[in-house]
Amino acid sequence: MAKEKKGVRLEHISKIYQDPKTHKDFYAVHDTSLEIEPGSFVTLLGPSGCGKTTTLRMIAGFESPDEGEIYLGGEPINALTPNKRDTAMVFQSYALLPHYNIFDNVAYGLKLRKLDKDTIKTKVMDILKLVGLEGMEARMTNQLSGGQQQRVALARALVLEPGVLLFDEPLSNLDAKLRVSMRTEIRRIQQEAGITAIYVTHDQSEAMALSDKIIIMEKGVVAQIGTPQEIYYHPKSEFVADFIGDANFLKGKMLRHEGSDGVVEINGTEVRVAETQSVKDGSETTVVLRPESTVLADEGFLPVKVIVSSFMGAYQLYHVMLGDNKLIIHDYNPKGKKIYAMGDSAYIRFEPGSAHCI
Amino acid sequence: MATTQGAALDRKKLMADPIMVTTIVVLITFLTLFILYPLAILLIDSLYGTNGLSLETFRRVLAMPTFTRAISNTLKIGFVVGILSTLIGLLFAYVEVYVRLHKISGGLFKVVSMLPVVSPPFVLSLSMIMLFGKAGLITRFLLGIYDNNVYGYWGIVIVQTLTFFPVCYMMLKGLLKNIDPSLEEAARDMGASRMKVFTSVTLPLMLPGLGNAFLVTFIESIADFANPMIIGGSYDTLATSIYLQITGAFDKEGAAAMAVVLLCITLAMFGVQKYYLESKTAATLTGKASRARMLIEDKSVTVPLTVLCSLAAIFVIMMYICVPIGALFPTWGYKFTPLTFKWFGQVFSKYHGLKAFRDSFRLSLIASPITALLSMIISYLVVKRKFKAKGFIEAVSMLAMAVPGTVLGVGYIRGFSGGLFHTGVLGGIYGTGLILIIVFVVRSLPTGTRSGISALRQIDKSIEESAYDMGADSFKVFMTVTLPLIKDSFLSGLVTAFVRSITAISAIILLVTPQYLLITVQINEFAEKGAFSIACAFATILILITYGSVLLMNLLMRFFGTSRKIEGEE
Repeated sequence: MAKEKKGVRLEHISKIYQDPKTHKDFYAVHDTSLEIEPGSFVTLLGPSGCGKTTTLRMIAGFESPDEGEIYLGGEPINALTPNKRDTAMVFQSYALLPHYNIFDNVAYGLKLRKLDKDTIKTKVMDILKLVGLEGMEARMTNQLSGGQQQRVALARALVLEPGVLLFDEPLSNLDAKLRVSMRTEIRRIQQEAGITAIYVTHDQSEAMALSDKIIIMEKGVVAQIGTPQEIYYHPKSEFVADFIGDANFLKGKMLRHEGSDGVVEINGTEVRVAETQSVKDGSETTVVLRPESTVLADEGFLPVKVIVSSFMGAYQLYHVMLGDNKLIIHDYNPKGKKIYAMGDSAYIRFEPGSAHCI
Repeated sequence: MATTQGAALDRKKLMADPIMVTTIVVLITFLTLFILYPLAILLIDSLYGTNGLSLETFRRVLAMPTFTRAISNTLKIGFVVGILSTLIGLLFAYVEVYVRLHKISGGLFKVVSMLPVVSPPFVLSLSMIMLFGKAGLITRFLLGIYDNNVYGYWGIVIVQTLTFFPVCYMMLKGLLKNIDPSLEEAARDMGASRMKVFTSVTLPLMLPGLGNAFLVTFIESIADFANPMIIGGSYDTLATSIYLQITGAFDKEGAAAMAVVLLCITLAMFGVQKYYLESKTAATLTGKASRARMLIEDKSVTVPLTVLCSLAAIFVIMMYICVPIGALFPTWGYKFTPLTFKWFGQVFSKYHGLKAFRDSFRLSLIASPITALLSMIISYLVVKRKFKAKGFIEAVSMLAMAVPGTVLGVGYIRGFSGGLFHTGVLGGIYGTGLILIIVFVVRSLPTGTRSGISALRQIDKSIEESAYDMGADSFKVFMTVTLPLIKDSFLSGLVTAFVRSITAISAIILLVTPQYLLITVQINEFAEKGAFSIACAFATILILITYGSVLLMNLLMRFFGTSRKIEGEE
């Protein structure tokens, strides 16, 4: 549907803000370079204050970068105002024009482009059908539910057939159930429309479900870029591992490499883990272990003491102490398995492939 | 760190928007020319006389015993009126917010808060004289006191307090409503009595707000011209001294120096109020109450408080009613029956009433849409846009709030009678209707801007951003999004500007030329001559006009207002 899918490139982008209290300048975004493929769905993910929204607003044109250049479809766009950029944004608060009905909201941008009445009507009706709001065009915005308002906001952006669609945490005002169904909707519509999308969120499951690629940001800097799988299974830092899903971190020492596995000494015990090429023999390392890939057993690698044991339905949740390091374990499908109680001693086990060093 | 590229890009983006740039340039020129320049010329004139740079003029006026007395008079009155108004305002606000009110008292409260808005500034002085003066209805005919002197210190204090306390009442009511009732309930729960709760929780939370109310009243009081003029007698205040220095002594340099003194006082107060107290008020009272307050229903509390406030309210209302009644008596103080409309007739037959109303009406009608639009544009720029001169625009338009009308009037005389910097440029506007319109605009701009700013702050910034993002330029965004969303505020700004203009006197009286008859100036003249009946007739018609326009506005809002449609959201 889009006239032309456009890619976005950020070259050494920085944005400097002044702290309102201390009046000191700080980097909200620092020396960020990104390449976003045409037609792909890319998520900027990170905790609040990591610079993801600032990055998005620089692409939209509301903020001007203090360093670097932004390219849209190969053209530098730094000096263009938001109304001159081939981007359309879906706002967190939807930002529907409250004095217009649904039709006029969606038609607003088309009218500014001076299209004739019939074309506008056809386009608006088509798009409303795409987002599932047929027959609602005469309603006022306050007669809609949150999810419907969200669809109008999406329709209003899509109808302009922008080179890039920008989303600023669009689902954060919806309740949990709706959030899940809307995100599948967004993904479907984006793929049907074949449009480039950049999506800002702090919700990791949203990012995983939607994206071709996830860009994790931390304190204004890109921490890791990759597919959801790459990011989940091979986080490059403790921050990324912790931010995407739950993670346990075990401090240890790399003893030697055996094939593609490495042997790490943790609390005096030798443990086999994968993904170790980057860690030199003899150096200190951290092993990342996902709670769901770990189980408790009477025999295993590392001895632990159970301090919390709760039945969560789908899994048994344990908090265990390994020395003075607390680990979390999700033992899935607990029915019929041995359940350890608080105070019990046990061992943890895991497949070498599900642990890796960072 | 280099923020230069970002700043340069922001500037470039701004320049890509010619309507916006033009608007900003026009605004800056207007504000500089008609607010900053007249004040600057006062300072220049009083420092730079015939013998070069010297403090000579200041030395001269400060040596006048009448002037130094006027300073202490003004400060004394401002102080007393500020405290009295704040206390009475607090009482009213507390009773309204905390006590279950009878319907009738509730209605009385509403009327009291409304009256000072729609009435010309000197109405209370008129009725004070007519009720309590030498031939006062109450003093002479009810109590049999002859020779009661209302003129002077106490007259001004009473009249100003009654005029300004409703402003405090409205301000403090807003603050009290923002106190979370659970704070007070927690104190009650821990064993504090109602009195203790008030002194240990409510009062400390309100303290900055009370200070704020006091200073606002203080500024209003020392800037007030009309009341001291009519009821002050020989008790001169700064505003009246400046006026007399020009109209009586023809000493324009002296008046300029005096105006600088008055300006310095109000600016200092304004600075404290704006930058210290306002932020403190916001800091102690954040957010809305979590739920409704349990109103006090204990009869031993409600009855005395309600009676006290209702009596006060009735007294104030009586003062206002006295004006139309005064216009109906054949001869005030001597002959009360039969009631007659002859004064109203004389307004038009003998005293050129038609021309006065036409002139006032026409000038105010031209000024008010300009004011309303300007203040909405300023609010939009201040709240929604980012650019370098924004601070200047905001500061200067707020500064106008702290400038007493008399000071502005003198500034215009000095600044424009001989043209810009006495060079003759732009001198043509002096003595015309144009300069009167400009004064009307400047005088009403701060109120309009303030209400526009608070209306715009409630609108999510991203609504305008979304329009901008969809391809609208600033002008389009303002016309299709901002203005329709603040239609109510715009309409009320329009009416407020109209009411303020048609009832204005302090700056106007210095600038008006015989070719324009303005109602307020006429009323002032008649009141000074002691022709109270005709003054009352003029004032009554004026009140009807202003009240009528407020009613009209409410009607318009009901039919065209946006607020109801938008309120359903959230």
